[in-house]
Amino acid sequence: MATTRILEWLGRVYVWLLLAFLYLPIIIMALMSFNVSPFYQLPFEWTTEWYASLWQNDQLISATWNSIKIAVITTVICTVLGSAASLALYRYEFRGKKFLQALLFPPIAIPWLITGTAMLIFFFGVGIGRGLFAILLGHVALALPYVIVVVSARLQTFAPELEEAARSLGATQWQVTSRVTLPWIMPGVIAGGLFAFAVSFDQFVVSYFLSTPGQTTLPVEIYAAIRKGFTPEINAVSTIIIVVSMALMLLTARFFKFGGEK
Amino acid sequence: MAGVQVSNVSRSFGAHKALDDVSIDFADGGFYALLGPSGSGKTTLLRQIAGFDFPDSGRIAIGGESVERVPVEKRRIGMVFQNYALFPNMSVADNVAFGLSVRGEAKAVIAAEVQRALDLVQLGKLGSRRPHQLSGGQRQRVALARAIVTKPRVLLLDEPLGALDKALRVDMQIELKRIQREIGITTIFVTHDQEEALTMSDRIGILRDGRLVQEGPPEEIYDSPKSEFAATFLGDANILRGDTTGTGIRLPDGTAIAAGAGATLAAGAKASCAVRPERIRIATNAGSADQTNGNMLRGQVSKRIFAGNNSTYFVERDGQTLKVIVQNTGIERLAEGQDVMLSWSPESTVLIAAN
Repeated sequence: MATTRILEWLGRVYVWLLLAFLYLPIIIMALMSFNVSPFYQLPFEWTTEWYASLWQNDQLISATWNSIKIAVITTVICTVLGSAASLALYRYEFRGKKFLQALLFPPIAIPWLITGTAMLIFFFGVGIGRGLFAILLGHVALALPYVIVVVSARLQTFAPELEEAARSLGATQWQVTSRVTLPWIMPGVIAGGLFAFAVSFDQFVVSYFLSTPGQTTLPVEIYAAIRKGFTPEINAVSTIIIVVSMALMLLTARFFKFGGEK
Repeated sequence: MAGVQVSNVSRSFGAHKALDDVSIDFADGGFYALLGPSGSGKTTLLRQIAGFDFPDSGRIAIGGESVERVPVEKRRIGMVFQNYALFPNMSVADNVAFGLSVRGEAKAVIAAEVQRALDLVQLGKLGSRRPHQLSGGQRQRVALARAIVTKPRVLLLDEPLGALDKALRVDMQIELKRIQREIGITTIFVTHDQEEALTMSDRIGILRDGRLVQEGPPEEIYDSPKSEFAATFLGDANILRGDTTGTGIRLPDGTAIAAGAGATLAAGAKASCAVRPERIRIATNAGSADQTNGNMLRGQVSKRIFAGNNSTYFVERDGQTLKVIVQNTGIERLAEGQDVMLSWSPESTVLIAAN
């Protein structure tokens, strides 16, 4: 049928347009990081000088390391605390539980600008001030609700009889958790961890409020660099980050089929 | 292996009395059914015996040892759940191995015991499968193997056959009974299916509203129920109500019904008689009725349900519908609307105190 073929063709075009919309800016940026001209001038001439000069840019490198460190620590803290909190909310009934669960959602909806201002005032008030530690605390607070929401959603599909069955077979509370419950919620924990990493690594607003000139993260540093004058080094560092994070995502997707667990 | 004694156990959830002073003695090696409608407390009782929940008062002993405050993981029981509760992230063999593995048994011991248990439930070759690759009946067997491989003192089954279709259920009933005999383990089986309770168990305990209504071998409960509830819940029964004469009752219309079984009651009190539908003879008139049967009632057939090997007649008399089951011998079939004479012997009539 002719119409079916046209529809098929339209569908294919649509998908390609969608992918172009998503990836074209990134591809252009990646190409320009290998272009000689710092002002996006064509024709394209291959160079790796921006990558080389990146290694000389101590500020950018130190900001990158700060971002990675903070994101990793945030991920670890949020995954552990968030999963434990989800398990507690799942297993135990206590006074004010509903209220507590309801309180988990507003922080996700509150604009980061407001959260950032509030944190800045609060951290000054209690004497923590600004700096990497303040940024880390801020990121943990921002990312924790995401982990709890994702892990709790996974726990909703968990059959409580599985824990009872494990106990009836003589398993201690720790054995029940580590051998039955955790394996079941692991896809949720990994997904929650990825969320936490993304929230922290992408975080600009809160980090901007809480950073000081020497103690800053990559997004804040990139913003500062662009304001001073754009250099293709930014393209270079962005390209590296994109390649690494896409590789991580693909690896994770390969090992855990989210939502497809049997 | 061990017997289980439940003594005066009560358990309330808020204002709801889930168990009210229940005492049952489960002898070593027996197969018991706890039978009752939903909300009768049978599952609550099983969970008290398992140790998932503790009684408010009363005593539970396994093998003579008080366990009513011992948590489930220390009670050495085996349990099969209604939905099997197999661990989805483990193979069949790992599921069965779980109880031995958390105990820290050696790998070689575990492998041998798991294989023995799987052989016992006739799944010896499926150890490497995942639970989701098995049929309902196979999952049931894995759950059973997992529950018995640890050599528990008592095996608890919570409506284990409820999720299976009818044909498979009958197979599993026979299979379960065979395995129970083979290992000789005390087994307590919760069900709301009276047929399952009758065919499988050595003894039945009937529960209602958190109380033990009656307990005994299936034949005893069926032949001499002690309450209208026991009579109608385990099997079908016609209940006739009136004033007791001591050896039977007098119906409101003056007809005397003689009872040869059941309670001994002082004359004059309210009482009822229970008669099983298959014990009643049905005849077209008084002349052809079996006079030696003793108890006779006149009525009119209102409905007949043909079920192949038998027919059920619904007979109206004095505002009450009586059920009569007649084997299909091919001799005579009664039409709806026909006047009939019902007769049955006093021995088939159980006198029950009014409740």
